[in-house]
Amino acid sequence: MAAQNQNDKKTTSSEEVFSKNTPSSMNTSPIDLGQIEVLQILNEHGEVDKGLEPDLSNEVLLDTYRAMVLGRAFDSRMMTMQRQGRMGTFAPNFGQEACIIGQVTSLTKNDWFAPSYRSFGAQIMRGWPLEHLMRLWAGFHDGFPPPKNVNDLPFSIVIGSHVLPAVGIGMGMNYKKKKDCVVVNYGDGASSQGAVSEALNFAAVYKAPVVFICENNGWAISTPTKKQRANQTFAAHGIAHGIPCIRVDGNDILAMMCATKEATDRARNGDGPTLIEAITYRMSLHTTADDPTVYRDEDEVKVWEARCPIKRFETFLTNKGLLDDDAIKETLESCEEEVIAARDKFYAMDPADPTEIFDHLYESVPKELQAQREEYLRRLREKGIDL
Amino acid sequence: MSKLTMVEALNLALEQEMARDENVCLMGEDIGVNGGVFRTTKNLQKTHGETRVMDTPLAECGIVGTAVGMAIYGVRPVVEIQFSGFTMQAFDQIEQNMARLRNRTRGKYTVPMVLRTPYGGGIRAVEHHSESREAYWAHTPGLKVVVPSGPRNARALLAASIRDDDPVVFYEPKAVYRAFREEVPEEPEIMELGKAEIVRVGKDLTLITYGAMMRPCKEAVQDLAEDHNIDVELIDLLTISPMDTETLAQSVQKTGRCVIVNEGQRTCGVAAEIIARINEAAFDYLEAPIKRITGFDVPFPYFQVEEHFLPESEEIVSAVKETLDWK
Repeated sequence: MAAQNQNDKKTTSSEEVFSKNTPSSMNTSPIDLGQIEVLQILNEHGEVDKGLEPDLSNEVLLDTYRAMVLGRAFDSRMMTMQRQGRMGTFAPNFGQEACIIGQVTSLTKNDWFAPSYRSFGAQIMRGWPLEHLMRLWAGFHDGFPPPKNVNDLPFSIVIGSHVLPAVGIGMGMNYKKKKDCVVVNYGDGASSQGAVSEALNFAAVYKAPVVFICENNGWAISTPTKKQRANQTFAAHGIAHGIPCIRVDGNDILAMMCATKEATDRARNGDGPTLIEAITYRMSLHTTADDPTVYRDEDEVKVWEARCPIKRFETFLTNKGLLDDDAIKETLESCEEEVIAARDKFYAMDPADPTEIFDHLYESVPKELQAQREEYLRRLREKGIDL
Repeated sequence: MSKLTMVEALNLALEQEMARDENVCLMGEDIGVNGGVFRTTKNLQKTHGETRVMDTPLAECGIVGTAVGMAIYGVRPVVEIQFSGFTMQAFDQIEQNMARLRNRTRGKYTVPMVLRTPYGGGIRAVEHHSESREAYWAHTPGLKVVVPSGPRNARALLAASIRDDDPVVFYEPKAVYRAFREEVPEEPEIMELGKAEIVRVGKDLTLITYGAMMRPCKEAVQDLAEDHNIDVELIDLLTISPMDTETLAQSVQKTGRCVIVNEGQRTCGVAAEIIARINEAAFDYLEAPIKRITGFDVPFPYFQVEEHFLPESEEIVSAVKETLDWK
C-alpha cells in the first residue's frame, strides 16, 4: 500500500476506493440485525418477573430444583474422584446447571436429546443412571451407549460433530411423520465449526423439528468468545439461516424452561427449528486437565458467582414458600447420598472386558476381523489375562 | 432380461429397492428434478416424490451427517456425492459418525446407509473429478467398501448394500457408466458383499483388480491367451472391505504368481494391502515377487495427460510376462 502511494501522488483513502468500485445498487452498510431479545424471568436476586412467570406445578418446580442440585453434587463428586485418581478426565458443569437442566424439561421419552460432554445433568434427567455416567467418564466402553429406552445420542468428542446427526434425526421424524422433536446442545466454540452452520441450514431448509441450544459459557478452553466470533450475539447465527432465535439468561432456570418449551412446541407443530443462545459462564475448569489461571482473570469468575443459578432458584422457591433452610439442606444431603450410592455401585461393577472391542463394529464380525480378534486374544492370554 | 448400461442398472436397483422398502430414501445434490449429473437417479423423484428423493443443499458434510441421523432413526438413506473427490468435505462425518456410531453405542444404534459416489479417471474432467481414494475408506474401521465393475454386478451389489445394516461406501467407476451394456435380469438380484469373483479360471498367474481397471485387465488377459499362450486367472475384488483374502490367497497358492492393478495412488493403496495379505497367507507358494501397477503418488493429472497416468492393457501384459519370466 505504501509503495503504491509513492507512485501515485494523489493518495486515495480506502473508503473512496471502496465506494468507487461498488455498484450503486449494492448496500454497503452493515446489515441491521436489530436487537435480539434476552429473556430473563428470574433475576440474579431471585426476583421474578410476574408477567412472565410460567404456570408450573410445585412438583415440577421442586423436581427441577433437585435435578440442578443433583447435577452439582455429581459434578463435585466426579472432581473429587478424578483428583483421587479414580476417574478419567472429566469436564465439569459447575455454574451451568440451570442452562443444562432447563433445556430438557419439556422433552418426552419419544423426543431425542443430543448432549455435549458437559451435559450430564440433563443426561441424568433423561434417565442415564449416575453409575452409568461414571463408567462413561472412567473409560469403559459400556458407559457410552445411552441406556435402553433413552433416546439420546452419545456426546461427540470432536466439537460440534454431533449436530448434523441430531438434525438428521429431526429429518427422520419428518420422514416418518412423527410429532416428536430433538434438542441439540453445543457451545460457543462449536458454533465456529462449519458442520454446525451446515446443520442449521439443513434444519431450516427441511423444517426439521430441532431446537438448537448454543450454550455460550464464555470460554472454549482458553479461547474467549471475543476471539471466537466477531459478532458476539451467537443467536444471530439463526438469522442468517432463517431460523427464529432468542437469547436467554442461561442461569435463569425459568427462562430456560420457557424458551425451550416454546421452541419444542413450535418443532412439534411443524414450524421447524429454533435457535436459543443460552448465556451462562464456565465457572470451573474446561476439564480436569485444564488450568484456567493461565488464561483468565479470577475477578471475572467472581462476577458470575453472584449469578449462581441454584442460589437464585432457591431464593425464588423460598419466597414462594416451597423451600426453607431445612428443606435446602435435606435436598443437598439426599442428592449427595444418591451420588455416593452410585459411586459405590460403580466401584463394585465388573472390570472392563478387553475381549469385546471387535464385537460391535459390524452387524457380524467379518472373517478378517475375526482373525485379528484371535490374534488379540492370544496376546491377552500371553499376558496372563484370564479369558 | 434387457441390455443395460451401468447407470441404467444402478437406476433399476434404486427403483426396486425404493419400491420394496418405504424407508429407503435418496439424498444428494441435483438428484431429483435433474436426475443426478450422471442421470443415475433419473425419474425416481417423479415416481417417489420429494420426501423420498431429496435435492439437498450443496454441502457434502451436511448430506452425510444428516443421513447418519436419519439412519439412526430408522430411515435407510442412500446418499449420492456428486464426485468422489468431494467426499473429502464429508470426511468428518464419515470418519466420526457414519463409521463409528455403531461401535460407540455398542450396537444400540446402527447406521444402515449407503454413500454412492462416482470415482476414477478417464472422462476428461477438471480437477477433483477423477479421484480413486477408496483406500481411505478401507482404512476406516466400521465401513464396508464396494466397487462394482459392470452393469450386472453394480445392480446386484447396490441392492445388497442398501439392504446391509452396516454403512457402505459404494464407489461407482464412472468411466464404465456408459461404456458398455450387459444383460441385467428384471427380477431383483443380490450379490453377497465381501466376496471376490473369479472371472476367468487360469493356471499361470493370478491377476487381481476391481472397478474400472477390469476393462484393461480383461483386454490384457485376452491378449496374453491369444498371443502368448499365457493362462491368467482373473479376479474381480468387488468388495475392498472386508476383503476376501481367502479367494485371493487360494488362487495365488495355485498359480504361484500375482499381479495387482489399481487406479488409485500407490503408497498404502489397495494393491499394497493385497500384497501384504498374500505375503501372510501364501508366501511359500510364490515363484516370483508380486507386481503392482497403480496410479502414481501425484494428484490425478489434468485431462490433457490423464491417459498416460491410467494403467493400460499393454503395461499389464508386460507386467504379467515379467512376473512369469522372473528367475
